Formats: sequence, C-alpha cells, structure tokens
Amino acid sequence: MKAHLMHRDRDFDLKAKLPRNADDLVQDLELDTLFRAMAGEDKFLFEVAKVAILASVGSDAPTILYRQEALKDCIENSGVIRDVYDTVMATIEGRRTRGGLLYLGSYPSGILNHSVELLEGQMEGLQNLRALADANLSRFHSEAFTTLFNTLKEELAGDFMKDVARHLQQMKFRDGILLSATLGDGNKAKSYILRNPSAEKRSWLQRLFGPKEEAYIFQLDPRDDAGARALSELRDRGLNIAANAVAQSAEHILSFLHMLRAELAFYIGCLNLRQRLVAKGEPIAFPVPVDAGERRHHFEGLYDVCLSLSMEKRVVGNDVDAVGKVLTIVTGANTGGKSTFLRSFGLAQLMMQCGMFAPAVSFSANLCDGVFTHYKREEDSSMTSGKFDEELSRMSRIADVLAGNSLVLFNESFAATNDREGSEIAKMIVDVLLKKGIKMVFVTHLYAFAHAYVDGKSDDLMFLRAEREPDGTRTFKLVEAEPLRTSFGQDLYQAVFQDGPRKNAAA
Amino acid sequence: MDQIRKRPGPKPQPDFDSSVPSRVRKSAGRAPPLVAPKRAGPTQKRPPKMAAFESILFLHPEKYPPAHEAGQPECFADLNLDQVVAAINSGRKEYDLEGYFHISLTSTDEVAYRHEIVRDLENEDLLKLLRAFAESMRGMRAHLAQAEKIRFRLQKESWFLKAANAYCRAVTELADKLGPTTVASQGMKAFCRYIQDYVGSSRFSSLQTTVEGIRRDLDGIHYCVYLYGSSLKVHKYREETDYSAEIEETFAKFRQGDVKDYSCKLQDWVEMNHVEEKILAFVSLLWPDIFARLRGFFGAEKDAFLDTKVAEFDRQIQFYLSYLDYIGRLKEDGLAFSLPAVSDQDKAVKAIDAFDIALAAKLSADKSRIVCNDYELSGKERILVVSGPNQGGKTTFARMFGQMHHLASLGLPVPGRKVRLFLFDTVFTHFEREEDIANLRGKLQDDLVRVHDILERATAQSVVIMNEIFTSTTLQDATFLSEKVMRRIVHLDTPCVWVTFIHELATFSETTVSMVSSVDPANPATRTYKVVRRPASGRSYAMSIAEKYGLTEERLSERIRP
Repeated sequence: MKAHLMHRDRDFDLKAKLPRNADDLVQDLELDTLFRAMAGEDKFLFEVAKVAILASVGSDAPTILYRQEALKDCIENSGVIRDVYDTVMATIEGRRTRGGLLYLGSYPSGILNHSVELLEGQMEGLQNLRALADANLSRFHSEAFTTLFNTLKEELAGDFMKDVARHLQQMKFRDGILLSATLGDGNKAKSYILRNPSAEKRSWLQRLFGPKEEAYIFQLDPRDDAGARALSELRDRGLNIAANAVAQSAEHILSFLHMLRAELAFYIGCLNLRQRLVAKGEPIAFPVPVDAGERRHHFEGLYDVCLSLSMEKRVVGNDVDAVGKVLTIVTGANTGGKSTFLRSFGLAQLMMQCGMFAPAVSFSANLCDGVFTHYKREEDSSMTSGKFDEELSRMSRIADVLAGNSLVLFNESFAATNDREGSEIAKMIVDVLLKKGIKMVFVTHLYAFAHAYVDGKSDDLMFLRAEREPDGTRTFKLVEAEPLRTSFGQDLYQAVFQDGPRKNAAA
Repeated sequence: MDQIRKRPGPKPQPDFDSSVPSRVRKSAGRAPPLVAPKRAGPTQKRPPKMAAFESILFLHPEKYPPAHEAGQPECFADLNLDQVVAAINSGRKEYDLEGYFHISLTSTDEVAYRHEIVRDLENEDLLKLLRAFAESMRGMRAHLAQAEKIRFRLQKESWFLKAANAYCRAVTELADKLGPTTVASQGMKAFCRYIQDYVGSSRFSSLQTTVEGIRRDLDGIHYCVYLYGSSLKVHKYREETDYSAEIEETFAKFRQGDVKDYSCKLQDWVEMNHVEEKILAFVSLLWPDIFARLRGFFGAEKDAFLDTKVAEFDRQIQFYLSYLDYIGRLKEDGLAFSLPAVSDQDKAVKAIDAFDIALAAKLSADKSRIVCNDYELSGKERILVVSGPNQGGKTTFARMFGQMHHLASLGLPVPGRKVRLFLFDTVFTHFEREEDIANLRGKLQDDLVRVHDILERATAQSVVIMNEIFTSTTLQDATFLSEKVMRRIVHLDTPCVWVTFIHELATFSETTVSMVSSVDPANPATRTYKVVRRPASGRSYAMSIAEKYGLTEERLSERIRP
C-alpha cells in the first residue's frame, strides 16, 4: 500500500542523498529560516522540509506540477489534511510504542503478547483513517490525494479486518506448539519452522483409532528441572518464530504509517509557511517551470522569503525579465540589496523545483539540475590554507559536480586577493562556465572583472545594479544597468559614523 | 650495528649466472617440514621425466633453513619491514608464515621460480580458486577441531563428516578448476600434476563417494517436534503448513521495506542439552540405516583422510596470497607494483612511481595517498645522495630503497614500475637511534662505531643505507667524516642511499647522484614528499593555486559534465 503524494510512481525518500553542496546551500541561502517556518518546533517536519527542498533540485516539470496540484488541494482543505496527519500521528504514538519505535520486550512470550496488543491498537487507528478517507474523498481533485483516499477505502475493507481478528485469536497457541526441523551442523536441529498444529490434534485421534504412525514420545520426569528448562527453551523457540511474525506485521503497519506521515509532512510544512506569509500580506504564486534547456527567468515582486520571515515589515521585491541570459552580473552600492536579491533568486529556484509556491507576485524560470552557491566566507575555518586557497578549493568541489544545466550563484567570489589577480581568475572561470551555458548570477566588486564584460558585451549577458537615489539613500531595488566605477563604501561609512569626514580624516 | 647476514651458508656461488628464468631442474634432497598428519596420498605412478612436486616456495628447499629457524633480519626495524610482515600475516597466524619473509633467496634461479608463480597468480581466476581452496581448508580444520571437542557421539560423527566433506570438496574443486586454468610456472605445473593424480586415485574417490552419500541422506531428513504440556513427540514431517507465512501474508499489504528481526537471540550452544539429545536419538531411530553408516565412516577414517603434500601446499601458497592481498589494497588506491628485473651482477637500479610500502599502508588506512618517487642509478652511478628540506620525505625515500631490495630478494612484486634491483648478500642500514644519548660525544662515537662495523662487513654485493649520520657534530666535522666514509663506500662500489643535510656530498664523485626533497612552489609551507633529481620551477601565486585545484581554463573545461 503506497501513498505517493510526492512522486507519482515512488515513495518520498526521507533518506535521499542530498546534493554534496547541501551544507553550503543551507548556509548561503539561510535555508534554516525557511525550514523553521515550515516546521515550527517539529523536528520531523524540519527534516522533511530540508530533504524535500534540497533533494528536489533537478526534479522534472511533471513532478513539480503533480505536487503543485496536491498542494492546491491542501490549501483548499487544510482542516481535513491536518486531521489525517493527526490521526496518523496518534496511531504511531499509540500504546506500546515509544516515539513511534517498537518496544516489545526481550522474551519471546512477552514479545508475542505485546505485539498482539500493538496490532489491536493499530487496527483502531487504521479504521479511523479509513473513515476520514470515506467522508472527504469527493472534496479532493488532485491525482495524488484521490488515489490515496481510494486506496485507504479499498484496502482497509471489512473482510480484511475479520481476517486479522481470527489471527489474533489463534496466536494464543492453546493446543500446543508444532515445529519442524532438519539436521544442521553437528546434527543440531536447524531451520525450525512453526507449523499449524490443527493437524496434530487429528493425528492424535488417529493414533488411537487409525493406522499406526511411527512416532516417539518423551515424557519429562517431574523431578528433572534441567529437562523442564530445556523443554521450555524449545517452546520459546516456537513462540519466538510466532512473535517475530506478529511483531514484523506490526512493524509493517508502523512503517506504512511512517511513510504516510512523511508523504504528508511536506504539505503540512507548506501550509504552515503559507499561513505565516499570508498573515503579513506577502504575495505567493505558483511558479511556471520552463524547460531546463532554455535560459530564462521572469518574475515580478520576487522577495527574499527568509528575510521576510525574520522581520515584521514586508520586504522589497524585484522585477526581472530575462530571456537567453546566461550570466547576470550584479554590481552597485554596498547594502543596496545585492545579496538579498541573490538569495531570493536561489530560494525561489529551490522552492519551484520542489513543487512549492514561490515568494513573488509571479515567477517563472528554467529548471536546473543543480543549484550551487559560491559565497565569500568571513571565517577561515582552517589555519592551514589561505583564504584565496580556500575559495578556490570550494570552487573546485563545485566543479566536481557541475553540469550543463546548473545554476551557480557567486557572491563576491575570488576577492580574497588583489583586484587584478582576483579578476583574472574570476574571468577565467566564468568564461569556461559561460561557454558551457551554465547559468550564473555573479555579485561582485571586482572592477576589472565586471568591466571586461562591459567592453565585450554579448546577448547572453545582463547587468543589474543596486539602485540609489541622488541623495544617497538606497531603494534596495535593482535596476538593469552597467557597473559604475566605484562602490558606495563611503556612504556606508558615513551612515555608520555620523561625523564621517572628520573621523575619516583622522584615520 | 644494523647489519644482517643474509646467507646462513657459504657466499654466492658463481655457477647460477643470470636472471634468465631457470630450466626445469630435478629436485632432490629432504622434504620440507610437514604440517599435517602423515598418511595417504596418490598411489599411482607419475609420468616419467617430470619433476616431482616438492615445494611451491623453493626450487631447492634443501638449501634453506626451516622457516621457524630463520631469524628476523636486523634491518627490518629500520626499514619498518617488521610492521609490514606483521600486517601481511595478521589474520593468518595459523599458517606461521613470518619466517618465510625473513629468508632472502640466494640465486636468481630461485627468484625466477617465484616470479613465474607470481605471474601465474596475476590470473584472477587462479587467485580466486586458491583463495576458495584456502577458505575451505580453514573450514575443514575448524570442523575437525569441533569434532575433537564434542562429547555426544551422534554429534561428534556429524562434525567429523563435515570436515571430511569440506576436504573432499576443496580438493576436488581445486583439481577440477586447475585443469582448465592455464599455469606457466614450473612450480604450479608440478603441483597441478600432483593434485590431478591424487584426485584420480581410487583412495580419494572412494572417500568422496562415501562422504557425499551419507551427507545427502542426512540433509534429506525432515522431522517434527510437537510440544504439549511436559511431553514431546517426534515424528517425520507430513507437509504441515507454515503458520508464520500465514500471518505474514495477511499483513503483507502494509509492507514498505525490510523490517527488523524481532526474534530473541536464544542461546544456542554447539553442544546439546539432554532434551535435544533425546530428540536426536529419536531421529536416529526414525532413520536407523543412515546413522549406522555415519558411525562406520567415523571409525574407518579418523585421523586418516588428509594428504600431506596437499596440506603443505595449502600453507605455503599463503606466502604469495598474503602478500598479494596486502598489496592488493594498495593497488586499489592506484599504487603500482611490479616484478623487478633482479640481477646479482648488474648494479644498475631503477624504479618509477615507487613508494614506502609501510607508510603507504598506514596512509591508505587514513584514506590518504602516499607520494610516489622515481630513482635510477645507471652506468657508474652507485649512490643516491638525498638532501633538501626536513619533513620532505627523505627518510621515507631511504626506507623505500631498502624495502624494495628486500622484497625483491623474496621473489615478490615490489612497489613501482619498470623496476630493476640488485640481488644483495646483506642490506646494511644506519638509522638514527630512537634512544637519544644525551652526551653528544657519546652519540658521535656510537655513530662512528656503527658505521665502522658496516664498512667492515659490507661487500661489493651489499646494499647500504645511511640515514642522517653525524648529525650530532658541527657541520665541519660532519662534512669531514662523511667524506671519509663516502670514499670507502665509493670504493666498495655498492648500491647506496645516503640521506644527508650536507649538500656537498651530492657532487662527491661521478658515482653520486643528487636527489632533493621538494616543496610546493605555490605554497612553500606544503610538503610534497616528492624527492626529485632536479629542482622544480616556480609559478605565479594565484594561477598556481588555480592550477593546484584544476581550475585553469583547460582543466575546468574538461571537468564539467555536459
């Protein structure tokens, strides 16, 4: 029995291998803020959000649309979805389980009793789930949810429930235990198999009245304590097999519930995030994915969702319409919104790829098979290598996994050396990537680097610049414009030190 | 004093004169020590004119001391070969092979005899076959030990049968598969003939038939135990249905993947308790004929079925397998091994991509890779003078040189490619002693005594390794003493590695070659462990780093997938 809410044809894999640069993505795009908004305090929801977003880079348009449909269903019926999720949770965390883990004891007879009890509890929960599916089937329209609700309705029908009840009765073994075995090493019994003992009773009668059967009987001496222990050990072997079968059945059901929980959790996370954004009046839009082979992005009011989540006010959005642009070079004033723009771009791309809504009035972009970030790092974690060395070693790790339809976001990269050398290396690397058609957004202060592209400008390039008003205040909005000659460090300095010029002179 | 006498016997005889593979020689003399019970063996006549199989390790076993009597050569500790041999043999204690790694071969014929076998072992199929054989024989010995220990007769006989069965299968499989496997070496060919003859003997085939018959019948036994109250009943199995399967089927629809095993680990001894013994006794009554045959077999074959030469082959072939296993792990890391050209005349030595085998193993365990080095002495060149920055891999280089010579004298593959080495009489090493003597004059004296001792004993056939001698005195003194010693070594005309901080020694004579440990030009703090014959060139800072990370235009273009 499958839920398949995340993929049409397979399970959502919570253990999916994350891209090698996942940690960099989390750090550079501040993804933890996004995950927390989706998860609240729930560690499981956090994990699901993380895996769903990071492992979905590279998913195809049908998968994205499949999830978008399902998510729209959830938004319309958020109460029902939360009920289903809560019922699954209640069944997982029901009696005899601790935090969803099976704890059954360490003796065969104990394990058998406890698993029977556990199974009974699970059956109740499954019946509740079936009732929910029955009642709400008609309110859902997405393929994902109609399939799931139909499956629950059919598979958990009455006949199945009766079968289960019969087994739960039989598992008490009132008529003795029958085991079969063959001879193993040293003629020890091996491959014990638990047999249905109902035939044994009949042959008991046959032994009295029917044809003689060759059998040897051993009656334990009442004073033989060691023998009694040996016999009970043998009985335990039988119960052990039965206990295992029942406990495994219970685990199958538990694993089904866990699977259901994981498939639902992503949508619960999306509902949580939407709730927060809608509450503060931020727009959201279902993005339109474009073929990975194209190079385009078009958006209106694209804002940094993580920044918005961490402040009360709404944040400034950007509009860009870029067709056929492989490289976007972003220059301009410090704290003019360059980094925020770069992050919003990466976040929206990741959110689109995992089937979520995008933080924008509208958003459309070509799909990517990988999203990479190469950011200037403040700290030099290891003393063994210089900063520039460290930057290039990170670039090398990216090059290991980079492919033709990737997106690379550079934030003040290769600036840990002087402008001339940094520009030389940056241009060498960007030129190669450009030739391979790898989509890039490069925020930079490297003057020689940016200007090399102004001079030899071609159609696959776009320049964005952090805007500033004539009076020096920043709008945090980017405009399409070539790089200016200088950055605005002086402004920043003045804003921080109000009596700037004097202190400046003193310094 | 770090010298070792390689030969317990006389000095090398000039009568084996080359490294050309030897012709087939008829072997005579005493048989090597036995490791297995003495009895049984092939009974039929061998074809005439073929050398009888003696030993897979020696062409002339009688010329070498028994393995357990050959002591560890003294250079072993300096060269870290003691670690290597211990690592090679860990997990193979039962074979007691260490001694064989101490016995250097004394002629190029013997080296060729092993080289042929090593080449045969390059065949993966043969290797797999021999490994499987060893594994089966190991199992066989374990079963015999179990049979020895156990008390209840019906169990003891079963373990013994299992041992005999393992033996028959091991031998048959080896013989069957060796047949079509191509072997070219004299040693493997002789063994092939031996084992074919043995398997073809009536003694072996009747053993096998008996064992298999009993085993098959025992395997066919399927019985039931019915437990009720304080009684139990044993009868033959009558197609009763599997109850766990019934339960499983009911809940199969929920299955998402593999589930845990909830079975308790019930204690299960090899020995039986008396209820189990009772049940087994009932089973033997239900199938009386099979158990009677088992009893008869044990009586007849106890201590009898194992062939002596097969058992010894099983032990000695491990010499090769253990070493090949050891270097196999290093090969997986991309390191090269090869069979060297070995000569006892020509002192030209050479190696490409060679390395310290002990350090390589240690680094490999830490998931890092050793740096390989090349060296060559040709024409009149005899002495590699290694100088350069500290921690640059100089000592490692010196060790490597000594290790490679010893390994070559064992007839085994050595680190590196295109290797030529010299078959020496003794490897002399002088490494700085761990226990640092506080009195500097005492230390210098100690150095001189040890060096003197080496010079007294070294012959033109020796290999000498000097590692940082005379470090405890002034440069002037050290230069003076070193030159004196070097003159003696030049005169000896023996292959030598000399690690020193005195650059002048590098150009001491036309027989010296200068090698320098180098550093990364882009990052002088990084040690490369590369020891090279000439200095490397510099490069611009940023580009050097880009080059180091494979980010130059050309390299980056290649690296990015389409």
